[in-house]
Formats: sequence, structure tokens, C-alpha cells
Amino acid sequence: MRISTDKIISLLFFILSALYLYQTYQIRVFSFDENAPFNAKTFPTFIAYLGMFLSMLYVVLPERIPSKVDHKVLDYKSTLFLIVIATIYGFIILRAGFFLSTSIFLFFSYYFLGERRWIWMFVLSFPFVALFMFLLHGLLDIYLRDPFLKMLGIIG
Amino acid sequence: MIEGILIGLQTALSLKNILMVMMGCFFGTIIGMLPGLGPMTAIALMIPITYGFEPATGLILMAGVYYGAVFGGSTSSILINAPGVPGTVATAFDGYPMAQQGKAGKALAIAAYSSFAGGTISAIFLLFAAPSLSKVSLAFRSPDYFALMVLGLTAVSAFSSKGQFLKAMMMVTLGLMLATVGQDSLSDITRFTFNNMNLTDGISFVLVVMATFAMSEALTIILKGKDPSRATKQISLSQLGSIKLDKDERNKMLKSIPRSSVLGFLIGVLPGAGATIASFLAYGMERNYVNEDEKKKFGKGSVHGLAAPETANNAACSGSFVPLLTLGIPGSGTTAVMLGALLGFGIQPGPRLYMTNPEIFWSVIMSMYIGMVILLILNLPLIPYIARVLATPKNFLIPLILFFSVTGIYLMSFNNFDIFLMIGIAVVATFLRLYNFPMAPLILAFVLGGLIEENLRRSLLISDGSFSFLWDRPLTAIIFGGTILLITWQIYKGFKK
Repeated sequence: MRISTDKIISLLFFILSALYLYQTYQIRVFSFDENAPFNAKTFPTFIAYLGMFLSMLYVVLPERIPSKVDHKVLDYKSTLFLIVIATIYGFIILRAGFFLSTSIFLFFSYYFLGERRWIWMFVLSFPFVALFMFLLHGLLDIYLRDPFLKMLGIIG
Repeated sequence: MIEGILIGLQTALSLKNILMVMMGCFFGTIIGMLPGLGPMTAIALMIPITYGFEPATGLILMAGVYYGAVFGGSTSSILINAPGVPGTVATAFDGYPMAQQGKAGKALAIAAYSSFAGGTISAIFLLFAAPSLSKVSLAFRSPDYFALMVLGLTAVSAFSSKGQFLKAMMMVTLGLMLATVGQDSLSDITRFTFNNMNLTDGISFVLVVMATFAMSEALTIILKGKDPSRATKQISLSQLGSIKLDKDERNKMLKSIPRSSVLGFLIGVLPGAGATIASFLAYGMERNYVNEDEKKKFGKGSVHGLAAPETANNAACSGSFVPLLTLGIPGSGTTAVMLGALLGFGIQPGPRLYMTNPEIFWSVIMSMYIGMVILLILNLPLIPYIARVLATPKNFLIPLILFFSVTGIYLMSFNNFDIFLMIGIAVVATFLRLYNFPMAPLILAFVLGGLIEENLRRSLLISDGSFSFLWDRPLTAIIFGGTILLITWQIYKGFKK
């Protein structure tokens, strides 16, 4: 028997709902609230049972429109590159500061997506981020912590 | 009401707010034009910027973005047969054939005039309907609100899921689960935080919207980049032709506009319906109204076939503001995003908004008129230039969308936990989208989660833990009956197929 990906996702959703229900029972409510008609556990309990019921229904009932995904035409490599580079960006933004990390993130994103027009890649990364920062600092008065620019003495 | 209109005009006509409407219309048009990016993405990208403004100004900007994005979606439908938003799919049926006949300029002009007329007429309806409904909705109690919100979630799942009701309902559940993360509003007990301090205040609404729409859209575009069916067609801007309409075309357009406006507005008011359903219904209705000769032209470049869905989708946009402004309950994913933004401003939309914050209530309505005028003035002459956006290479476009998404979140919290959480949610959302799990019900449920819990809490406390509150009051019983009917209809449809 072959089970469709939609049904596997539903099964995963059932497990998620079950874990959510388990976590719901871990919520510690005040003793005077324990037998109240409504406490901090009540709504999550309803949601968990609803999730388990719906996902089981999807698994059990015959599928009307099974999703067809042609994995051959999907570009997993570029997508994965972008996710990785965005994660690295998240890691370095606090250390390297907004300007440097964002400019590098943009430059490498263009590169990984196949862009090779170096001038445009440069213009739309370093000067673009500088302009964006100027708009934030100068016009909207939003402070961005930036150790790199602080080291260079550009911002205070 | 006159006093309210004057307050609204005074606020909406300030130089700053006019500039905001112009900016909103312009950026909304550009974002809406890009295939795959709709009003929700456009508004989501604007939210972090609006937090620096006064609530009225922020909302005016977002309303401009909304209209601009819907109009922008029509442009890509007409020029390259790639609707930017689902609400403009029906526009492509006759708009694209017109463009192929060398009448792209005329098609764009018809779309612009029809959008303007549809939006303006329905804004007049909104002007009268909203205050009246606000007064009626003062009679609403917690059980009624609870039942209405459940109806809204069911309706959005039924209408936005393209026959995948169960998948949409699972997304509703997931949205509600995400909404329960953080401190319980009444007891302050933390839930589902796993002792992580960053989750104590719950997951930010902007983060969820950015992740499920802006970032996930960008990842989906890259993921499906090799798909030949999604290849973007190139357009020649020199082939746009004249934008002047002849008398016959004007007459045909004028016949379609009134009926499609009324239909669009009424559909827009219904929870869960909105621009997509309105445009398809208007297209079908128009086909039934015209004579046999005109009927044959449908799908081949009919003026009626283009004017009707364009009028209806804009009318539905105004209509969808009625439940948002009067009941505080969004009827669509886009208005759910706007509700989230309003809550971020510390404003609770609902019947009392009309009394407590009249300047917001009226300025949004008045800015709709102004937005429509600006959209027409700005877009019609600028279309040949704005259309160049369609030629933006995705190698530049996608990283820039990611940049605006990540920066938007970073500017709100200045910590990288939110960035990682956003990436995580975006990856899951992209995977779910691939298998046709709709995101709009998730957003609506996430926004309404807190309100649903609050109203359920009050209702259960009043009825001492009994669910009889669902049928004790006639109004609650009617609304709850509507939900049961909708679910039954979906089950019946499932078994029939």
C-alpha cells in the first residue's frame, strides 16, 4: 500500500497535536483555578483534540484531490543555499552589525542565485544597505546597533 | 455622519497622509504586479514601517498598499497572463487576449477605470453600511462574537481552500496553536514557551505573516524556478498601444460596472469570500447578462469580461473592511493582517472604534476615496514605466524580499532568535504550500486566536461551564447554525465527488 505525502503530513500533524496535548497537561494552573469552568488549559485542550480529530479524518477518508508535486522541476539546491545563507546572516548580524552582515548576505544571495553582473551586485548590496541605513537613522530615527561602523567611527 | 466625514477628510487630506496613500498605492502596485506576491505580502512588508507612524497614518498607508496591490495584480494578468493575486485570475481571461491583439493599453485603461469605479461605489456603500452595522453590533455579546469568529474561520477554510477543506481546517488549528504560545492573557501563566524567555510574550504577529507570506513566497519562487509552466513571459512595452477608449467600449464598461460593484461589495462583506470569489462570480454573472454576440467574445477579449471582474474585486476589497471596522472580525486573510497591525497599534477594532477612535474609522473610509483617485491618476499614465518591474530578474528580487523580511523582524526585536524562528516557520510554510495547505486560514486563526479564547472564556464563565451558550441567544444560535450548515455543505460536497 502506498501512502500519499498529504496523508504523511496529516499523520505528522496528528503527532504534533498529540504533543501539544501533552504539553497542555504540563501547564500549571493556580489551585483555585483547577476546577474553574475555564482556565489556561481549557482552550489549548480543545485545540489539541480538534487537531487530532481533523488529521485523523484526513488520514482515514479517501483523498479527493491528491497533491501532485514534480520533484524533478524543484530547485532544492538554490532554496537550501538561501535558507543556509539567511541562517548565517541571523548568526552574524549581532556580531558584525547590520551594515556588513546585510551587505554580505545580499551579495552572496545574488551570487548563489546565478547573478554575475558584478556592478549591479555591488550597487544592490553595499551602497543599497548604506542608503537604507541612512533612511532608518536619518529619517525614521531608528537606531541600529552596528559594531563595525562604530569601530570605523561612522556612527556613534 | 457629516461630522465624521469631515473628521475623516481632515485627517486623510493632511499632507503626510496624502503622501502615505500615494506611497502605498505606488509600492502596492509594484509588489502586486510581481507574480506570486499579493496584497498580504505587500502589507506584511509595510507593517514594520507603519509602527513608526500614528495609527491612522499607518492604516491609510496599508489601505493604499492593498488597493495598489490588487491593481498591480491586474497589470501582470493582462500583460503576461500571470496574475499577481488570486483576485485577478478572472481578469486574465479577457485581459490577456486583448493584450495579444495589440490592445494592452486599452485593457489596462479598462482595468484602471473599472477598479476606480468599483472601489469608489463600494466605498460609498461602506460609508453608509459601516456606521449602521456598528450600532447593530453593539448588541453583540461574547457568545455572539465567539460564534461569529468560528463562522469566519470555517468560511475562510471553505472558500480559500479550493476543495481542500480539511487541509484548511488543519491550518486553522495550527494558527490557533501558535496563538496560544506565551503568557495567558488573564492568569499570566506561561504556556508552550519551553522555558525560552524569547517566547514569553508570544510569537509576534508580524513574524508569522512575514514568514508565511513574504519569506515563504520568496522561497517558493526559487523552489519552483525550474518549473517550465512558471516561466515568466517577456513583454514588449512598445506593444502596449493606445489607452484611449472609444464610445462603444465606454458604453460596455458603464453597463458592467454598477452590477459588478453591488455584487462585489456584498461578496466582500461575507466572511471568507472576498476578491477572488467576487471576481469569478461577476465574470459569470456578466456572461449571463450580455447578448449572444457578446457572449461569444468572452475569453477572446471582451470588454464586459474584463470590466466585470476588475470592478468586483476592488468592490470586494472595500466590502471586506465592513466586518473589520464594525465587528473587529476580519473576513479575509488580508484584513486579518490589517487587524493584527491595528492590535499592534493598541487599537481594538469593533463597534466601539466608531465612538472611541472616530478619526481612525472615518479617515480610513475617506482615504479609500482618495486612494482610488490617486491610483487612477498615478497608475494610468505611469503604467508603461511601472510595467518594467515585470522585467526585474528574480536573482535580485528574491534576496531583496528576504532582506526586507529579515530586516523588518530584526528592527522590531533586535534579537536573532526571531530571525531563526521566522526562517523555521517559513521553511515549514513553504513545504506545506507545496502540498496545497493554504496559509490564509492559518493567519486568520493566529490573529483571532486570542479573541476567540477571550470570548469563549467569558461565555463559559457566564453559562457556568455549559456549552448551552451556543443556542441560548437567538443571534448566537443563528450564527452557530450558519457554521454547522457550512460544515455540512463541505461534507456533502466531499461525498458527492
